[in-house]
Amino acid sequence: MDILTPMETTALLLSLRVAGVAIALGLPVAVLAAWVLGRYSFPGKTLVDGLVHLPLVLPPVVTGYILLVTMGTKGVVGGWLYQTFGIKLIFTAEGASLAVAVTSFPLMVRAIRLSVEAIDGGLEAAARTLGAGPVDRFFTILLPLMAPGLLSGAIVAFAAAMGEFGAVITFVSNIPGKTQTLPLAIYAATQEPGGDAVAARLAAISFSVALLALMLSELLANRVRRLIGQV
Amino acid sequence: MLDVQIRQRLGAFALDIAFAAEERGVTALFGRSGSGKTSVINAIAGLTRPDAGHIRVGDAVFFDSTRRIDVPVEKRRIGYVFQDSRLFPHMSVRSNLEYGLRRVPAADRRIAFDPVVDLLGLGHLLDRRPRGLSGGEKQRVAFGRALLAQPRLLLMDEPMASLDSARKAEIMPYIERLRDEMRIPIVMVSHALDEVVRLATTMVLIAEGRVRAAGPVGTVMGRLDLSAATGAHEAGAVLDLTVERHIPADGLSVLAFDGGHLTVPQIDRPPGSPVRLHIHARDVIVALEPPTGVSLRNALAARVVEVAEAGPSSADLRLAVGGSFLIARITRAAVRELSLAPGREVVALVKGIAFEPDSSGSASDPRRRVVDV
Repeated sequence: MDILTPMETTALLLSLRVAGVAIALGLPVAVLAAWVLGRYSFPGKTLVDGLVHLPLVLPPVVTGYILLVTMGTKGVVGGWLYQTFGIKLIFTAEGASLAVAVTSFPLMVRAIRLSVEAIDGGLEAAARTLGAGPVDRFFTILLPLMAPGLLSGAIVAFAAAMGEFGAVITFVSNIPGKTQTLPLAIYAATQEPGGDAVAARLAAISFSVALLALMLSELLANRVRRLIGQV
Repeated sequence: MLDVQIRQRLGAFALDIAFAAEERGVTALFGRSGSGKTSVINAIAGLTRPDAGHIRVGDAVFFDSTRRIDVPVEKRRIGYVFQDSRLFPHMSVRSNLEYGLRRVPAADRRIAFDPVVDLLGLGHLLDRRPRGLSGGEKQRVAFGRALLAQPRLLLMDEPMASLDSARKAEIMPYIERLRDEMRIPIVMVSHALDEVVRLATTMVLIAEGRVRAAGPVGTVMGRLDLSAATGAHEAGAVLDLTVERHIPADGLSVLAFDGGHLTVPQIDRPPGSPVRLHIHARDVIVALEPPTGVSLRNALAARVVEVAEAGPSSADLRLAVGGSFLIARITRAAVRELSLAPGREVVALVKGIAFEPDSSGSASDPRRRVVDV
């Protein structure tokens, strides 16, 4: 990679990894949440809905701070993880993944839920009369039909995860090579005298990745829609 | 034997239905929109749960509130053809057809893929997606998909309601073939009398969530007290006859039933084959003596069993002809002058008939199909 400096490559790869892990772990949960919120009504649904969407309206710094308090080595959950499994999230890339997973989660849920709600419930009833049980129906009817929303939700959330700043820096700090993702590297560069050129190059990389992701999302979603017979 | 007895509260509406039907042939649940017909088949399918009652098909008990039996939909193996097809948009026609089939153990598969594709004429559609199909084609795929799930019973919810009359005429023969060639009982919901008369063997008349009448189509259609529920303008009787012989020289065919013979314009069916006729009340004339010197050829010995007012000046007579019934709409003045009362022996003169199924292709207007005889 001659185009990028070693520092840029490190930051880019770290960002991709952090966002990738976050989406991979968050997606199944998001599908479940979107499914439950889009299809069923139950007591406390408004509260669950609110909690899911909270990271979207909360300042990311606050999200990061809450994670710091609960998931730090002295926090309730983080302390237990550290004592029992020796897992340390604070100041690590895994911690960064958790932070961006939380902030990008509502974006995924919203996109997937819209496509769940668009699926005709009559199709599931038809599948039932043809002998398909709940799990069977989920994989043969619902999952394929929610695929466009799932895909575009995942990709938009991925792009947003790559760009998350506040929650990451608050929770896992800004350690080059460990937790310094692209936006954090840009911030660090602007803090140094003469770092403008470095910041500009990093910003250009961010810009390209984000644009690429959005275009890919559109393309893939269109192809999937054709694949499942919607157009 | 199909045995259904259910009670169910649906908002302000109370469903209280009981009927039984033969395990072969088509049972039509007939009634106006909102009478509760679809709720009945949804309960049979298991898509909704009755408050009380039982649902049995042969030896299989699908629901029994006293024995606390409630088999889940996916375990009932009851086929359901929905009004709006509900084909899976992300699958080809072939995958749609195979969806139910794949979920039945190989040992239980009696109905095979290829014969169903042939029966319903789906061969050229197998690789297409539902999106590109016409309404009639979609319904045919839906029939096939339900059939291939090896159902013990096939439910149809107004399978032709979303089709225009040309598409309807196209799909009716397929339902007849399902009825005649597959040994699966069919329960069909309909509010179109022509469909019921053409396809059904048993008719269950439903009004306001209750069964008003149930029995063979000819018997239910012959009842005067139901003409308002079945649609007064279509009042008439249904006769099942067999072709006795043809008279090619005159272009006529002679049809026989236990009430006598009817001569009709020659029909294209071999002697011995069954024919169903729909005889409208307005096409039946009543005489006290066998008439002479008139052009009418079809006179049947009949007995008046019931007289009912049908309008300010008209009355309907229910006439027993052998084991079947005819309805005659005449003026009230004629009833009085001829002293027509239950028990009176008369002659029923038939001046027009409609074939079921008709070959003229005008399924939408029952009056247009009437042939003078």
